[in-house]
Amino acid sequence: QKSTRRVNASEDTQQQIIRETFHLVSKRDENVCNFLEGGLLIGGSDNKLIYRHYATLYFVFCVDSSESELGILDLIQVFVETLDKCFENVCELDLIFHVDKVHNILAEMVMGGMVLETNMNEIVTQIDAQNKLEKSEAGLAGAPARAVSAVKNMNLPEIPRNINIGDISIKVPNLPSFK
Amino acid sequence: MCVADTARDVSGNAHCKSKEAEIKRINKELANIRSKFKGDKALDGYSKKKYVCKLLFIFLLGHDIDFGHMEAVNLLSSNRYTEKQIGYLFISVLVNSNSELIRLINNAIKNDLASRNPTFMGLALHCIANVGSREMAEAFAGEIPKILVAGDTMDSVKQSAALCLLRLYRTSPDLVPMGDWTSRVVHLLNDQHLGVVTAATSLITTLAQKNPEEFKTSVSLAVSRLSRIVTSASTDLQDYTYYFVPAPWLSVKLLRLLQCYPPPDPAVRGRLTECLETILNKAQEPPKSKKVQHSNAKNAVLFEAISLIIHHDSEPNLLVRACNQLGQFLQHRETNLRYLALESMCTLASSEFSHEAVKTHIETVINALKTERDVSVRQRAVDLLYAMCDRSNAQQIVAEMLNYLETADYSIREEIVLKVAILAEKYAVDYTWYVDTILNLIRIAGDYVSEEVWYRVIQIVINRDDVQGYAAKTVFEALQAPACHENLVKVGGYILGEFGNLIAGDPRSSPLIQFNLLHSKFHLCSVPTRALLLSTYIKFVNLFPEIKTTIQDVLRSDSQLKNADVELQQRAVEYLRLSTIASTDILATVLEEMPPFPERESSILAKLKKKKGPSTVTDLEETKKERSADMNGGTEPAPVNASAVSTPSPSADLLGLGTGPPPNAAPAPASSGSLLVDVFSEPASAVTQLAPGSQENFASPDLASSELVSEEPSEAARGADELTHKFVCKNNGVLFENQLLQIGLKSEFRQNLGRMFIFYGNKTSTQFLTFTPTLICSDELQSNLNLQTKPVDPTVDGGAQVQQVVNIECISDFTEAPVLNIQFRYGGTFQNVSVKLPITLNKFFQPTEMASQDFFQRWKQLSNPQQEVQNIFKAKHPMDPEITKAKIIGFGSALLEEVDPNPANFVGAGIIHTRTAQIGCLLRLEPNLQAQMYRLTLRTSKETVSQRLCELLSEQF
Repeated sequence: QKSTRRVNASEDTQQQIIRETFHLVSKRDENVCNFLEGGLLIGGSDNKLIYRHYATLYFVFCVDSSESELGILDLIQVFVETLDKCFENVCELDLIFHVDKVHNILAEMVMGGMVLETNMNEIVTQIDAQNKLEKSEAGLAGAPARAVSAVKNMNLPEIPRNINIGDISIKVPNLPSFK
Repeated sequence: MCVADTARDVSGNAHCKSKEAEIKRINKELANIRSKFKGDKALDGYSKKKYVCKLLFIFLLGHDIDFGHMEAVNLLSSNRYTEKQIGYLFISVLVNSNSELIRLINNAIKNDLASRNPTFMGLALHCIANVGSREMAEAFAGEIPKILVAGDTMDSVKQSAALCLLRLYRTSPDLVPMGDWTSRVVHLLNDQHLGVVTAATSLITTLAQKNPEEFKTSVSLAVSRLSRIVTSASTDLQDYTYYFVPAPWLSVKLLRLLQCYPPPDPAVRGRLTECLETILNKAQEPPKSKKVQHSNAKNAVLFEAISLIIHHDSEPNLLVRACNQLGQFLQHRETNLRYLALESMCTLASSEFSHEAVKTHIETVINALKTERDVSVRQRAVDLLYAMCDRSNAQQIVAEMLNYLETADYSIREEIVLKVAILAEKYAVDYTWYVDTILNLIRIAGDYVSEEVWYRVIQIVINRDDVQGYAAKTVFEALQAPACHENLVKVGGYILGEFGNLIAGDPRSSPLIQFNLLHSKFHLCSVPTRALLLSTYIKFVNLFPEIKTTIQDVLRSDSQLKNADVELQQRAVEYLRLSTIASTDILATVLEEMPPFPERESSILAKLKKKKGPSTVTDLEETKKERSADMNGGTEPAPVNASAVSTPSPSADLLGLGTGPPPNAAPAPASSGSLLVDVFSEPASAVTQLAPGSQENFASPDLASSELVSEEPSEAARGADELTHKFVCKNNGVLFENQLLQIGLKSEFRQNLGRMFIFYGNKTSTQFLTFTPTLICSDELQSNLNLQTKPVDPTVDGGAQVQQVVNIECISDFTEAPVLNIQFRYGGTFQNVSVKLPITLNKFFQPTEMASQDFFQRWKQLSNPQQEVQNIFKAKHPMDPEITKAKIIGFGSALLEEVDPNPANFVGAGIIHTRTAQIGCLLRLEPNLQAQMYRLTLRTSKETVSQRLCELLSEQF
């Protein structure tokens, strides 16, 4: 029984779910509610899709009845704000090129489908600690890694307008700003 | 930063225009990685990590990965954080729980848990929680509680350990041992670190649902924690303050935890009530921030508080405030809040205290149904309308739902259809309205009308003879439409086949016109419907001999007799043969009207339960049932235990598919064959077993037709409630009578014991054979009422009377009445009669005389709201005070004169005797002559007794 599990580009492999979810979520209007009744696809009517829409990105959580709906909306907000802090003005490309980091951040908030930590400073502290560890290790073996970390910026002009990750198509017309 | 690297490598494929090119590219990369893993044995940690990471990325792109697991496991034992982390990530995502590698993985996890390095411990706990397999539970369920409660564990590890344990408990509760750690976990609610408290609350909430006793102490701790948060200034909790709301997540969790328990002791309760009031008050304060996050967080806590109030269902004041708050949200411009308000109101509607308050919002909800642009919200509105429906507003709500159905989203149509069908049946006062509603349903959303729904309408039409003529007329008119849904043809075919004769007198719906109308639809229908229509035709042969030849011609046509479908062919051949060789008498027996169906739980309700998951619907239904205890029998628990009654014909089960496979389905050749069987099985037994008897029997003068006989039970069943009411105030009389049988009663009661004499009189000149009366009590009734009797002689001679004695003992108060079921064979036909036995709670009354002063003193003592039940109702009989007095005395209580200051009022007192208790009862009846109304108030020391006595007595005036 999962309570919250991110069904986003990075985690779930069930392409079918992702496709269906994307289909459901993306065609919804701007000012409708952020909750979608669960179909069989996500494990029956006890589960709900709760999503938030930021510029060109959708963050979708699948949640069972043990969580408060508004609480999850706020959790998404915390997640996005944390991403923003960790990446310093996060954009889609960060999410694509640093799937592992995004995953780490999410792992600090949600664990085994359950909400772990909601305090942004706490999360950021943890992530910073990990980054420090990473850097200290990278000092030993990481010259090549440092080189590629620049890739993101260098390659920007050639980056395609449409990158397909797990069928959630992320459009990159202009670098987004989070609300 | 190897992922960026991988991403660039692999997502080069995003440049690729075609899917094939992408696959090609990925295959090339996979081959490369494979050769690296195989070839160079001394792959260093960094490269290993890089390739494992690439594999992970490729997997996330949606491609299968079937190697690299071993390398990932190797990474776990690395001392470098980055390598270990990628290893754990790969395993969490890609290793399925029954992999052979699980031993190796468990070993690595064990080492990390013992490492005392909080980062490594965190990674290991995450991995356990993400995989959550049984093997992992076996390996670590004992270890994790120790980590959780150890004094020197870091806060972040404690948090992870709590949730990890929760995950294991959810997947394999049997493997998580309860022990002395539980009390220490409860004390985590006092922890300094709010993150730890939040995680611990999640854990305790789940554990407490299964082991409430073990975690009972958490209630007071949770309340005091909550109260500290709620009353703190918005800056006190610093980091855990989210947009000016102090610790919203923790508040929500604590409120959830409290929902596992009933309202706490008075001391704690006062504090909790204060908290809840504060939360409600804060909702009215102006927002501290314009940001949506602020109101979101605030309302998350508010909604949870409202859920808790509804759950406790004990503070009317809070309930009313909650209801008003939700009412405000119903009109809020924020869609999310409207959605959640509708959802919470749904639960609120089932609370006694607030049902009426919820009903005041009906216009808003209907409006939401019409104007909301969001299907999620509309769906909630439908649910709420269903929950708030009762007899007073059923017509309006059903009409609105039907309206909505025309434009409803396809995904929820079937559910709406079921709901409309249930409400229409449950609250039907006027069954013509019911028939209209269901036909409308079929017209509007025929495709979504499941079999259960149209089966049910037929069941009801057959069981209620007051609506049969109307039903026939209505379906006939509905069938006139040029295009009608196949389900309508089915209902129409069935009903006209049974009751077409009721409208045949009208030249506009003469037999031939009915037949032609149905036959004009025949060719457009599917095989099962055609099969049903063929049965209708043969029934027409019996109902309307004048069109027999027309029908025979149709049956004889090649398209029927040589139909490619075996089922249709068989029916055509057999029906044609039957219509040619059988005499009118035999035809009449074979094709007689369907006997009434035994009452049972509506199969539609069963279907809705299945669709929505049992929990949601049953709760709702149960509370609704209580409220509508005396409404239409249809949806109430069947008074007759279905299995205990052998139904007059196996066909009765045809429509009861909800309760199990019909016993007659087995011999039926095709799925649609049951109808065929029902037509044939009955005559088969009747004709072959008792052919001579049946001949004789049709000749007997006192029997107009066999149809009449089989209608009897339905009449009796319908009248059963009235009959029971008749016996509430008297002990002797005729319980049942038809052309064949008369049942008389004589009974006497003393304290909690009673004896009832039942007299069965055979009114005919022929013997009744295998005469078996059976007393049927539901399980619940059996535990409250003890009935003992001896079987009677199985043959009852013509004109004779047999007597049966029933000894009665009341063990505890009860509401249902036992059912007397009588089966016997009369001539060729099997007879089945069910009547309710008028054994009611008031029979165990002993009158008590008392003076005015005593009466009012006792009246005041019984002032607890549960002890009083009041009913205001219209007079059904002339309001004669003498008759009323006689009825109150007949009811069993003493009639106390000169007690009530108003001489027009009636006051009574008595004691109900049961084996387990004696229950003192006071009653007061206030007539209002102008309005032709009564107000009846019952006060007894037991809630259920007040309720039942009030119901019984209300029916008498």
